[in-house]
Amino acid sequence: MNMQNKAIRVKGLKKSYKQLEVLKGVDFEVEQGSIFALLGSNGAGKTTIVKILTTLLKQDSGTTIVNGFDLVSEPDHVRQSISLTGQFAAVDEILTGRENLSMIARLRHLSHPRQVADDLLKRFSLTEAADRGVSTYSGGMRRRLDIAMSLVGKPQLIFLDEPTTGLDPEGRIEVWKIVKELADGGTTVFLTTQYLEEAEQLADQIAILHEGKIIVSGTLAELKKLFPPAKVEYIEKQPTLEEIFLAIIGQKMEEK
Amino acid sequence: METIKNYFFMDLSVMLGRSMRHIFRSMDTIITVTITPIAMMLLFVYVFGGAIQTGTANYVNYLLPGILLIAIASGIAYTAYRLFMDMQRGILERFHSMPIARSTVLWGHVLTSLVSNAISVVIIILVALIMGFRSSAGVLSCLAVAGILTLFTLALTWIAVIAGLSAKSVDGAGAFSYPIIFLPFISSAFVPTGTMPSAVRAFAENQPVTSIVNAMRALLSDQPVGNDIWIAAVWCIGIMLVAYFFAMRVYKKRV
Repeated sequence: MNMQNKAIRVKGLKKSYKQLEVLKGVDFEVEQGSIFALLGSNGAGKTTIVKILTTLLKQDSGTTIVNGFDLVSEPDHVRQSISLTGQFAAVDEILTGRENLSMIARLRHLSHPRQVADDLLKRFSLTEAADRGVSTYSGGMRRRLDIAMSLVGKPQLIFLDEPTTGLDPEGRIEVWKIVKELADGGTTVFLTTQYLEEAEQLADQIAILHEGKIIVSGTLAELKKLFPPAKVEYIEKQPTLEEIFLAIIGQKMEEK
Repeated sequence: METIKNYFFMDLSVMLGRSMRHIFRSMDTIITVTITPIAMMLLFVYVFGGAIQTGTANYVNYLLPGILLIAIASGIAYTAYRLFMDMQRGILERFHSMPIARSTVLWGHVLTSLVSNAISVVIIILVALIMGFRSSAGVLSCLAVAGILTLFTLALTWIAVIAGLSAKSVDGAGAFSYPIIFLPFISSAFVPTGTMPSAVRAFAENQPVTSIVNAMRALLSDQPVGNDIWIAAVWCIGIMLVAYFFAMRVYKKRV
């Protein structure tokens, strides 16, 4: 379908909200099948980029090609090939997990919505909770269901807008595992995050958005080269609170 | 484009199924839109009714049209609420980023409003029949009543869409319905307007509810409807068109 193996090509992307210029000419490319992390502080315009790329928001100018389709002239084809997991879990609270999944499967016009739902429930270990209302789910379960809903119909490109914000450490590690599995299966993942560690853990390519422009982009190794070579220093390594927390939780799990 | 248009009715039915589930799983909605109007009907017929002089022997017959309007007015508050929650929770964005007929997101809510209000109207009429409501209306008159109720529901639904899309809080999304629910009380719905002070009477006789109620009452008792039915239709269609226009403007701006 696509001559180049780029999942996304963005050139000269601009967007303003009234007087406020949020994107001042953004350029970047995302390789097919890779994990791309867009970094930036709060309000840098990460979500604006995601909204434009997922056809929710119109760009002011620039060329944007998603999965080989032009965003402006072929938005329907773009929507067919992507999926969005927004900043807040976009799940239906009143429906059950199963109903949420089969609803999305019907809206994607798949022929066996129930089967699709069952498979995804199993894959995301939600089978037990499948027939419970989503309002009874924990934050981590909700996020899992949210991501599962984005996988219905196997889109080639998945947008995850700050997927781990508000999750506990275990939930975060779970999401990381899912993202890695997705990329191993050939899906392109576009991820925004404010946690640098997250980008370091997951991303093949990293781009930093600052004041409306991409100021650096490349692989982690390339970014590291931009800085002076590492010096050897001796620092006493204290465990972080997260490491302590996970170690204790891990022990508890083993005791069970 | 072609392929996506073809899915309009399929997508619409998914949207309808979704929000009908919301209604049937919310005890709160069922109580407000069905039980409350029924309780009000019981109260008016068996408590106040004896003291109200309407000039008709059967007060249930007199009261029913107004009760139905109140039920619909409380029903559409939930349409605004559901739309507001969809915007808040980000599920609207999820739908909009999917390859569906986008307009079904909004039309799903409108259709749900029609279907759910029709259900509560039927239930209330059944209870009214038990309480002694009788109609000598023919098929055409019944169809005309159904038509008026449908137009009234649609007009209010589009107002609800404006409220749901532009509200800043959950309470705000439903608040617009209170004045509408109150309108039937200052009309001919419960008592004849003749005994009201002149200023109130002038308002009561010239607001939409009075003409709608009078038209329905005449149709149901097989009396000549006169101009009321046309005034009622003009009110409903007028409100519907204006509300639709503004609802679309808000929708394009917010989405």
